[in-house]
Amino acid sequence: MNTSVIVTGFGVTAPNGLGTRDYWSATLAGRSGIDRVSRFDAGRYPSRLAGEVSAFVAADHLPSRLLPQTDHMTRLALVAADLALADANVSSGDADSYGMGVVTASSAGGFEFGQRELQNLWRHGSRHVSAYQSFAWFYAVNTGQISIRHGMRGPSGVVVTDQAGGLDTVAQARRLIRKGTGLVLAGGVDGSICPWGWVAQMAGGRLSRCDDPRLAYLPFDARAAGHVPGEGGAILVLEDAEAAARRGAGPGYGEIAGYGTAFDPRPGSGGAPALPRAMELAVRDAGLSPGDIDVVFADGAAVPALDRIEADAITAMFGAGRVPVTVPKTMTGRLYAGGAALDLATALLCLRDGVIPPTINVTPEAAYGLDLVTRRPRTAPVRTALIVARGEGGFNSAMVVRRPDDE
Amino acid sequence: MNRRVVITGIGVMAPGGIGTKEFWELLSDGRTATRRISLFDPAQFRSQVAAEIDFAPEEHGLTAREVRRMDRAAQLAVVAARQALEDSGIDFDRMNPHRTGVTIGSAVGATMGLEEEYRVVSDDGREWLVDHRYSVPHLYGYLVPSSFAAEVAWAVGAEGPVALVSAGCTSGIDSVGHAVELIREGSADVMVAGAADAPISPITAACFDAIKATTPRNDDPEHASRPFDDSRNGFVLGEGAAVLVLEELTAARRRGAHIRAEIAGYATRSNAFHMTGLRPDGKEMAEAIRAALDEARLDAGDVDYVNAHGSGTKQNDRHETAAFKRSLGAHAYEVPISSIKSMIGHSLGAIGSIEIAASALAIENDLVPPTANLRHPDPECDLDYIPITAREWRTETVLTVGSGFGGFQSAMVLTDPDRRDR
Repeated sequence: MNTSVIVTGFGVTAPNGLGTRDYWSATLAGRSGIDRVSRFDAGRYPSRLAGEVSAFVAADHLPSRLLPQTDHMTRLALVAADLALADANVSSGDADSYGMGVVTASSAGGFEFGQRELQNLWRHGSRHVSAYQSFAWFYAVNTGQISIRHGMRGPSGVVVTDQAGGLDTVAQARRLIRKGTGLVLAGGVDGSICPWGWVAQMAGGRLSRCDDPRLAYLPFDARAAGHVPGEGGAILVLEDAEAAARRGAGPGYGEIAGYGTAFDPRPGSGGAPALPRAMELAVRDAGLSPGDIDVVFADGAAVPALDRIEADAITAMFGAGRVPVTVPKTMTGRLYAGGAALDLATALLCLRDGVIPPTINVTPEAAYGLDLVTRRPRTAPVRTALIVARGEGGFNSAMVVRRPDDE
Repeated sequence: MNRRVVITGIGVMAPGGIGTKEFWELLSDGRTATRRISLFDPAQFRSQVAAEIDFAPEEHGLTAREVRRMDRAAQLAVVAARQALEDSGIDFDRMNPHRTGVTIGSAVGATMGLEEEYRVVSDDGREWLVDHRYSVPHLYGYLVPSSFAAEVAWAVGAEGPVALVSAGCTSGIDSVGHAVELIREGSADVMVAGAADAPISPITAACFDAIKATTPRNDDPEHASRPFDDSRNGFVLGEGAAVLVLEELTAARRRGAHIRAEIAGYATRSNAFHMTGLRPDGKEMAEAIRAALDEARLDAGDVDYVNAHGSGTKQNDRHETAAFKRSLGAHAYEVPISSIKSMIGHSLGAIGSIEIAASALAIENDLVPPTANLRHPDPECDLDYIPITAREWRTETVLTVGSGFGGFQSAMVLTDPDRRDR
């Protein structure tokens, strides 16, 4: 019998809300955080919209000595971790420091910091490069900084699986807890909203070129034409359920009940997409059957071919229109390594309150056969949720969360 | 029932050692592959030395399209993966792709490719608002280095769990440790696991210059990497890749595989202290070593050889010496220890996997590689660091360790399953 791993807290830094309360009320109200890019002048680029955490002022949350050595996204990650630990009622001195670890997902590291130092090097010469460059931009930075800030000396790591990373880190945290680490911080907070990151993201060919925030990111809509990138994400506190009970933490938001991952066949090989397999593995790992799943938080690529693959996977598993599906990312944009972690936190809030947040602005394309929750939130008894995430290159991951009282 | 995991294939792309045979010859001979940097003009840099691979990707079967699409580190990973597959003797066409996975470690991803493309779109740093019209289609794959793991998965036909692991300079140990875990828990039967980094570029040189982490011994590149020596003054940047084929032991024995070593224990800890600094007591590395030995169900006294991190910085080598004493006790003074970074430099995230390969080869050959250039040991590094010459040595159990920016400390224990089970 495997240890049950539960989420006892999380911290959210999202374009439509800093902190869980603001985020959740905005999300239920269908309020979007997508707007014109403000972090630099994007006027010359074909894509000009982003989901920025505009309410965020780093100096309000972090000691000044951390500011010169951190990229913007690391500051967001540090704040998300602080909020998560506060939410779980954990203070760093609570546990054996080797019994606490950190696993975060990354996509591009501290890219804005990196652009500035590349510019210093090529414009002014090697002596002008920051002493912090060696670690401020690299992929392991958020895990390292969070472990230092909270004195967490247990097993830690970093997973890069493009936009599936948010789920893969939580799976890794569950693995570490089952091997004996009491508490692991996991998730992802990400963002590369700087000119160099923007150009690199555009090269992926999936950014929307629409200038209207209401029409720019429309998954499962006939008008789907790419996504809006964003910044932020969520960090979650995962614990062994028994250890959490011993410290009086209560049942938490829910259990990480199942996980599956599968990689697509080589492009051009004609093999079937691996997404259905990842979803089946996750449901089976949870000891459930598809009929037990109450809601699906879809990846929602908003690229027609990818929407088709996902819709087919959902209808094949559940039957057409048989399970509510939602994409709250339509209010934040896609947060890269942070996106799936935020979806997971959102799913836990959905379990807690019995309300499914909407997919905004989308008119569902009937041919997909999905019961997409649009316009306003839907109240429903929700005991379990399936979260789906995909990364460019062929990464597919899925996770099942279960309400604490639903055994 | 415990599933045990063994190495059945090895591919190595190291400075001075393309392929396992050449790599092991270099280590056995104690030759160094460090030299003046040729990949770019290093004149303006404090440290002008590196360990480079003379690598022509076309000669290793990569198509023009693959060469163009992949950063140098990804190219090295794919070539090493193909070597490992061939070495394993597995018929990959008959394998279940769903039960085959890939983990690749990398500390700095496509840093070389990114810098080259940055120069073009920014007009050598003149424009903050870089020009997208000059960017290349594969730039997204450079931005997000999970593309490395995807490339290897495509090369070997894996459709199971696939990921890039990036924990700074312990990535190469953590990537293999992660793969071992996936086989043990039953998520995969075969893992193609390793690491790659190709960081010899101006921006990497500049960032290590800025904190004086790399050696300024530019007048004597061949002897510039001097772990544990009193005259050491920084590490030598390297590049490379190593990829292993990992299988579950009984399946490997059933198909009559050539088993190179078992991965019996792995652990990682964080120092939660400083992004680049190390406390001199070596506590967290010692804790990782103890945990890895526990998992292997071995005692400190069972360790026949230690493959050290031995980067050649003042602080690392003392930190590590303290960690060995703290974890291995009196045995620390008896067991032979060496740093192959003295010969092939420090290839950041890649080196951990290269050192796992070296550890497996030490078991197979009953020979432990030396620490080159160790002529005047630092009195504070007073262990048997195998100076200059390799040693014939009965090696059944090896401990290999790594330490990295971000505070990561990792340890792995390899054994010879055939001798151990007798």
